[in-house]
Amino acid sequence: MLPRLIKRQSPSKAMVYLSPILALLLTLLASIVLFLIMGVSPSGALHAFFVEPISSIYGLTELMVKATPLILIGVALSLGFRAGVWNIGAEGQLILGGLFGGATALFFYEKTGFYIIPLILIMGALGGIIWAGIVAFLKTRFNANEILTSLMLSYVAALLLNLLIHGPLKDPDGFNFPESRLFSDSALLPILYDGTRLHLGAVIALFFVGIGWILLSRTLLGYQIKVMGDAPAAGEHAGFSHSKIIWTTLLISGGAAGLAGAIEVSGPIGQLLPNISPGYGFAAIIVAYVGRLHPLGVLFAALLLALSYLGGETAQMKLNLPVAVTGVFQGLLLFFLLACDVLIQYKIRTSKKSESTIAPAVKSSIKSTSEVK
Amino acid sequence: MFKKILTSVAIATCLSAVGIANAETKVGFVYVGPIGDHGWSYQHDQGRLALEKELDVKTTYVESVPEGADAERVIRQLAADGNEVIFTTSFGYMNPTIKVAKKFPKIKFEHATGYKRADNVGTYSGRFYEGRAILGTIAGKMTKSNIIGYVASFPIPEVIRGIDAMTIAARKVNPDVTVKVVWVNSWFDPGKEGDAAKALIDQGADIITQHTDSPAPLQVAEKRGVYGFGQASDMKAFAPKAQLTAIIDDWAPYYVQRVKAAIDGSWKSDDTWDGLKAGMVVMAPYGDAVPEDVREMADKVKASIIDGSFHPFQGPIKNQKGEIVVKEGETISDGDLSKLDWYVEGVDGTIPK
Repeated sequence: MLPRLIKRQSPSKAMVYLSPILALLLTLLASIVLFLIMGVSPSGALHAFFVEPISSIYGLTELMVKATPLILIGVALSLGFRAGVWNIGAEGQLILGGLFGGATALFFYEKTGFYIIPLILIMGALGGIIWAGIVAFLKTRFNANEILTSLMLSYVAALLLNLLIHGPLKDPDGFNFPESRLFSDSALLPILYDGTRLHLGAVIALFFVGIGWILLSRTLLGYQIKVMGDAPAAGEHAGFSHSKIIWTTLLISGGAAGLAGAIEVSGPIGQLLPNISPGYGFAAIIVAYVGRLHPLGVLFAALLLALSYLGGETAQMKLNLPVAVTGVFQGLLLFFLLACDVLIQYKIRTSKKSESTIAPAVKSSIKSTSEVK
Repeated sequence: MFKKILTSVAIATCLSAVGIANAETKVGFVYVGPIGDHGWSYQHDQGRLALEKELDVKTTYVESVPEGADAERVIRQLAADGNEVIFTTSFGYMNPTIKVAKKFPKIKFEHATGYKRADNVGTYSGRFYEGRAILGTIAGKMTKSNIIGYVASFPIPEVIRGIDAMTIAARKVNPDVTVKVVWVNSWFDPGKEGDAAKALIDQGADIITQHTDSPAPLQVAEKRGVYGFGQASDMKAFAPKAQLTAIIDDWAPYYVQRVKAAIDGSWKSDDTWDGLKAGMVVMAPYGDAVPEDVREMADKVKASIIDGSFHPFQGPIKNQKGEIVVKEGETISDGDLSKLDWYVEGVDGTIPK
């Protein structure tokens, strides 16, 4: 008979946190095979992928720079996904945030003031909130599927950014090339460590992990989010407002994505470009799930994904490996992480006896889901 | 004793100097697409391979580097790894290149298609519009529907130059031609590029040309039985019947020349903009479908551009309203071409702004 997945009565807490490490080890094993097939020394390749990018202070700071938008968006998306609100359009909210923040920076071109950077960040968050607000409105008012509306609004956001960069935000001395001016120094996020690109946004992202954690585990809102996701009927019976949860989670994730956009343009980019994000909004969906919708997990997942991007670059430079290896690598990592997660939450039964264990397993699963924070 | 130390220091210095001179020069390349795009990045990589063959250098490349925050890290890494010349081959790498160049004043940077230079940053690009004039001549003669479809990437001067040059040349041999443009807002997106080509063919275009990097539009042309042109490289293998010719970007001579200059110390930052004459722009052999008289006309245009008797942007040129903006006997200057932002008469639609 076919093997079945049976929910574990109480998934090991230690294993939940060890899962990324376990998956990493399995990925290493699988990639050793891959590298052997490709005729590359596995130790050299793994060194290039995992060790070399972070073997210097500069590399570590770059890892954090790359992970910052992923952390911010990943944590915020986790809240929504926990509540069963599927915001797939964080990319668009990020772009709007970059646009609002960038336009603010350009408005204060060659001006100085302590208020400029906070204003850029606030405007960025506002941009993302407005964009996500449209999704929340359509969802609560017309019951429009948020997966579709948020995704489609991403394309609208990209085109809007393009439109404005080819028009009013274009660098007047830029030979008509679609780029804005470089922001003044007063509109650039302060650098935390001289000689690197590590900027204030990294601190904001880490701070956000803490906030997300507290919100989810220590507040009524966090409790409502979890109940609405696990058992909407029970939540509504308890008097929780479904539309309030939709609005809250969408505005939080939109705001965080918008903030990430503003941080990107006023941090490592320093101007508005037609493409301000290489798909952070979409990658953050993966980060959220790999991090098992837990803020701390998201932090690890974001760092891991960021490292794989950096490692892909190093592997190209040192070993001439094609960029596609990065994609395969990320795919392997994801596969093993999800596989580990499944095996931590469930056990495999092949014998007929297992049937009888289902009932207690289901009963306890209700208990265990409310335990996992 | 003191003398001994001095001599040994001197010997050591000599040895290390010799060592440096003998060490392979390292050259880095940054590509915006995959080297398998068979277009823009592929041709830059062909240039890199030719460079490796020609000179005793070690090259490194990084492909599919996004034009944003990531570019600076990749360029900086190449610089830190000891690459002495670094070619950054897409417009969006301009500011990251300048930023990194400031921190590595001894390394020479070469940025393709940009306009910002520094003591250690030179720029280079091809006069692809010269090739477009040849495509226009062929297209104008061979279209039956008098509609040419243009799959375009971003509305930047380089792309608009191509559209205008092609339109001017096509209307010179066939005043009824109109050119329809679809913007895909990407340099490399085979799906979008192919869809754009389909939409253009549905609107009556029987010749497709493109300013994007993949062979997808040409493949669509082949499938739908219309004609097209290869972009950046000879794409005949992808469309043996449809490809009438192709504009090939040949970066090899430039790369060899610049790296040689860097090795012998004569490298200086400057702006290179070469075309058919210098061999930076090369035309692929004509496809079988091009009749003899059209080949002769196209050859003539090519020869006159090379000998300087003809310029693709020489007057009279009319704007979309039909007003003469460049008078007979005048030619648009390089300076104005470098920021061209208007369509000539015969192009359908408006430039996205």
